[in-house]
Amino acid sequence: MTEILSFNQVTFSYTPEVPEVRNAVEDVTFTVNEGEWVAIVGHNGSGKSTLAKLMSGLLFPNNGEVRIMRDVLTEENLWEMRSHIGMVFQNPDNQFVGATVQDDVAFSLENNGVPYKEMVERVHQSLQQVKMEKFLDHEPHHLSGGQKQRVAIAGALAMQPKILILDEATSMLDPLGREEVLQTVQSLREKTGLTVLSITHDLEEAMLADHVLFMNEGKKYAEGTPEKIFALGDKLVDLGLDLPFAMKMTKLLQAQGVQLVGQHITEEELVNDLWTSNFNK
Amino acid sequence: MMEKMIFGRYIPGDSFVHRLDPRSKLLFVFAFIVIVFLANNTITYVLLLAFTIGVILLSRIRLYFLINGLKPVIFLMIFTFLIHILFTREGTVLIDWGFLKVYEEGLKQGIFISIRFLVLVFMTSVLTLTTSPISITDGVETLLGPFKKVKLPVHELALMMSISLRFIPTLMDETDKIMKAQMARGSDLSAGSLKDRLKAVVPLLVPLFVSAFKRAEDLATAMEVRGYRGGEGRTRYRQLKWDVSDTLAIASLVVMAVLLVYFRN
Repeated sequence: MTEILSFNQVTFSYTPEVPEVRNAVEDVTFTVNEGEWVAIVGHNGSGKSTLAKLMSGLLFPNNGEVRIMRDVLTEENLWEMRSHIGMVFQNPDNQFVGATVQDDVAFSLENNGVPYKEMVERVHQSLQQVKMEKFLDHEPHHLSGGQKQRVAIAGALAMQPKILILDEATSMLDPLGREEVLQTVQSLREKTGLTVLSITHDLEEAMLADHVLFMNEGKKYAEGTPEKIFALGDKLVDLGLDLPFAMKMTKLLQAQGVQLVGQHITEEELVNDLWTSNFNK
Repeated sequence: MMEKMIFGRYIPGDSFVHRLDPRSKLLFVFAFIVIVFLANNTITYVLLLAFTIGVILLSRIRLYFLINGLKPVIFLMIFTFLIHILFTREGTVLIDWGFLKVYEEGLKQGIFISIRFLVLVFMTSVLTLTTSPISITDGVETLLGPFKKVKLPVHELALMMSISLRFIPTLMDETDKIMKAQMARGSDLSAGSLKDRLKAVVPLLVPLFVSAFKRAEDLATAMEVRGYRGGEGRTRYRQLKWDVSDTLAIASLVVMAVLLVYFRN
């Protein structure tokens, strides 16, 4: 497996001169391999947004190192490294630079001096990948939140990045928009094997990942497959995360004496278990 | 509210004028503004008017939009017309009411000045009505290109302009939302004295400014991560194409200028 991104004992503080304030990120180590979908979860102030800033070179660690494509991220290679990273941010409106959909997708290509002909090709191609090719000349205020985020994904894809980072990309969307964006990411992964790193406080989104990193107070609290993380159950709730609806429901049903087998993360699993639960008696 | 406030009110279309390169349109309008001042007698003013009508017909813009563009200057037009009628005292007297005398030359000058206003407003309206704000920005950027040598930040100015244009609707929506939120809390924006109404605007502007700054910060971050580092080494996605029709447009203006010089007194 090829390593795409890794953090090696990274520590960062916004106020290094005041030692009493706890570090925003402390001693975090993890690796993202090619083709993986990694989710970083944690409640507000757990340091997950700082992690995003560290991997895009908006901040540099006080200690430890961030590697992208096995090269240490430094001020010197910053711009080259950034071209390997596609990033989608939280607010759909505040990351839309172009006047129309196609201008926005072309923005990072323009910045990197891609010749005109290739630009046109890549813009069309990446819009096709997110199924927004019919909206070429649309202006941002005529698009829904989900559509804007898909355009943002296309803008990131146009640079043919090694890794797509979603920094709370679905948190400002309505349920439909969220579904739309997550489906786009999933189908992209199926088709291209893109590496995805999603930073989120939505556990349902984290469920889609291969690997979950659970952050708390700047430290890595737990790490593993989604099943392993969700097995923590009440601890997740104590640390400020909201359990998926199906899990909460399972708990309540079990408390009422309904015989259910284990934890159910998705509604489908729960339903399947529910309608067969009486057979087991 | 939104549609009224966006300047220029670009009307999409597919006429000859719509398809022209924004550079040629900009050059055309600027040159036209200069040659308007060459006209000084009946023939030249008639020529100007005919030329303008020709351009309007080619642009296939409905007269309604042009008349709309005239509204802000109509007062100025009437005012200068009256000044000329009242104070120019040459030629034969047309009307004599004792205290008020209207001379032939006064009437003529008044009409000339009005025509001058009319053609200027119509031509600039044709430019903004047939060219999207973003194309105008592109045109201005390339036309100002040579000034980069004297350290004029042309690219930055154009980018600022296009980002402002892109955020106008977003901020309008936001204003609307904040307005409703404040109204829900009992603030009354439409009643009371002028002072009261101005006071009611403050709780509208403060949140708007706060959120605009937040947006600016987010946007700067997003742009940086997407590799923006100034105008150097950048390629352009919006390509401008100078066609035969653009050369024709400019040529027609040169012909017009020659005619004006020939026929003027």
